[in-house]
Amino acid sequence: MDSDLSPQDKKDLDKFIKFFALKTVQVIVQARLGEKICTRSSSSPTGSDWFNLAIKDIPEVTHEAKKALAGQLPGIGRSMCVEISLKTSEGDSMELETWCLEMNEKCDKDIKVSYTVYNRLSLLLKSLLAITRVTPAYKLSRKQGHDYVILYRIYFGEVQLTGLGEGFQSVRVGIVGTPVGTITLSCAYRTNLAFMSTRQFERTAPIMGIIIDHFVDRPFANMGHMHPCNYRTATEDEGVTYPGVEDSQEVCTTSFSTSPPSQLYSSRLSYHPPALGSADLCYQPVFNAAHPHQMVIPGKEGGVPQAPVQPSHGTPADHGRMPTCTPSSMARRIPATPSSSGEEAETLSQSSEAKSSSPPDILETTFTRKVGAFVNKPANQVTTACLDLPFAAFAPKNFDMEENDLMVNPPDSPVVESPLQGSLHSDGSTGSSGPLQDDFVMVDFKPAFSKDDLLPIDLGTFYREFQNPPQLNSLSIDVSAQSMAEDLDTLPVKLALYEQKIDEFDAFVETLQ
Amino acid sequence: MNCRSEVLEVSLESRQVDEAMLALLHTILLHRSTGKFHYKKEGTYSIGTVGSQDTDCDYIDFSFVRVSSEELDRAMRKSVGEFKDALCNSGSDGVGQISLEFYQKKKSRWPFSDECIPWEVWSIKVNVVSLANEQERQICREKVGEKLGEKVINIVEVINRHEYLPKMPTQSEVDNVFDTSLKDVQPYLYKITYQITDSLGTSVSTTMRRLIKDTLAL
Repeated sequence: MDSDLSPQDKKDLDKFIKFFALKTVQVIVQARLGEKICTRSSSSPTGSDWFNLAIKDIPEVTHEAKKALAGQLPGIGRSMCVEISLKTSEGDSMELETWCLEMNEKCDKDIKVSYTVYNRLSLLLKSLLAITRVTPAYKLSRKQGHDYVILYRIYFGEVQLTGLGEGFQSVRVGIVGTPVGTITLSCAYRTNLAFMSTRQFERTAPIMGIIIDHFVDRPFANMGHMHPCNYRTATEDEGVTYPGVEDSQEVCTTSFSTSPPSQLYSSRLSYHPPALGSADLCYQPVFNAAHPHQMVIPGKEGGVPQAPVQPSHGTPADHGRMPTCTPSSMARRIPATPSSSGEEAETLSQSSEAKSSSPPDILETTFTRKVGAFVNKPANQVTTACLDLPFAAFAPKNFDMEENDLMVNPPDSPVVESPLQGSLHSDGSTGSSGPLQDDFVMVDFKPAFSKDDLLPIDLGTFYREFQNPPQLNSLSIDVSAQSMAEDLDTLPVKLALYEQKIDEFDAFVETLQ
Repeated sequence: MNCRSEVLEVSLESRQVDEAMLALLHTILLHRSTGKFHYKKEGTYSIGTVGSQDTDCDYIDFSFVRVSSEELDRAMRKSVGEFKDALCNSGSDGVGQISLEFYQKKKSRWPFSDECIPWEVWSIKVNVVSLANEQERQICREKVGEKLGEKVINIVEVINRHEYLPKMPTQSEVDNVFDTSLKDVQPYLYKITYQITDSLGTSVSTTMRRLIKDTLAL
């Protein structure tokens, strides 16, 4: 078989497969970082952009991929797999998908390595870019934050799909035939996300999956072989430097021939990897409450748990978003949540914030969701004066009934910050911690005039009150007739005046033109 | 050589039309664009780099990847905008079709104009629905997002069959195969056409005029 392939072709093919595997891993991991990826097109070839695609190389990811490959190439019976999983701050984890780069024995002897195979691999990478945004894990990864993180693991050898649960689906990204076998890229993804939420309920019985014990000692300490999908920008004070992608000093094919394949021109280009982050990837708390979608940048966040302390809330508090939460309050984790089963998550977070003994700057907490009319707000948080309600004047002056209402003011409400800060950023339809409740979408409608409204006024009463408004003055006949008559009388006078001043008007019009 | 033709169908709200069409057209163009060619001596050429960009939809629970090229994006938005306007203003029941056609030019002798030979046509049939309340709209957001995901998988499946692609052209022929007018990327020559079906079901084709013009053009 291989004897049909020239040594140069064989060498090229091996190189293509190797860099294809590395780029595949990069695309997959970058697609699960949780943020939008943008790379620039460049009309001049740079030689370091394999497959003519601008795909950044995150050095840690390349390092992990090379470690997994250990000098081998994906081949027949030796598949390279990237496993994406989700881990909550409570320590529960769940495999979401497994991307497999495999090779089977079906060879395409006639295909031209340096040209057709290369271009088809490039096409396959583009398909991978498209498909990685389509599987369910993409949406989950975009919402990762302090409730959960997305992790990746690269392994080589046999494909393991058992962790994906029952009924997992498979999508084939594409295939490329080569003289030594056919490369196949596919993804198997979990469809049964209910698994997580059931286990959540068993452990903490929260309502709407709200995570109360938000801060746990080193929750991701036991990640072991898993790595978080977060990209760290270079910081000066970090430790280990990863070896750069030194064999990308190996060139990527930049030249093609329009005639039947002749030599390849290649130019040596040096590759300067950016300065790298530290090795302590395993201990990234993604408790970035203020901006849950952002990457965690170590050293800037208060809670890097290399030190065995509770992550402080210094950073979040600075943003004025959450009340300070002391670790001791964690012990009294009576979920305030059961009381607010009838309310939206945002209302819950408002009430829980209100219950805290924090200073009135809580009121400054900006709700990222718009609060609509008639939304229930806990009484002691707002006064009627600052109620942004229509018909606020009709609201009762005292809120006794609200204060006594156990639904709104549960006893023993702890000093609990809203752990679901992330939920304020998540889509409106999930009112809870996103992926943990994927099978249970809590959408709490607050239709106008609903029972729990601040205004104790029902639709019927409202309608009757406003059914017969008084006539507008301008519409009443006597007055209008009178003013009409007056107008008519003064009209000739006005007209005469305007005629006199006609030059002024003309001059004015000309200035407009 | 036969022209490969693929049809995709979507039902959506009128405010989702722009984003859905952009998502699908950009996905196709991502696969049908290369970097800029730079021809060197001895018949060799090098290829520039194509960047990619994630785009989130506002009215659909969906994100897609497009080529990082503002010029290309503008051209797509313009065509999609025209299609959407035609769809909404036609007074029809909101059924229309937008087609992305990849073609090759074949030079003919004077006085005949160049022939445009399509080698791949993607048609997206759109059915605009109107929804009664916010709850239905929310469901529609998610459903259309899922549907678009399926369409992307379909597109990728077709493209990865690796069926006919025009041969890589020599320098003199490159304009017959690729659109070299953009400064950062080079898609295959393409044209976008659309037609709106009026309520009687007859096809009011805006492309007919164009076809006639092309044929008669000298």
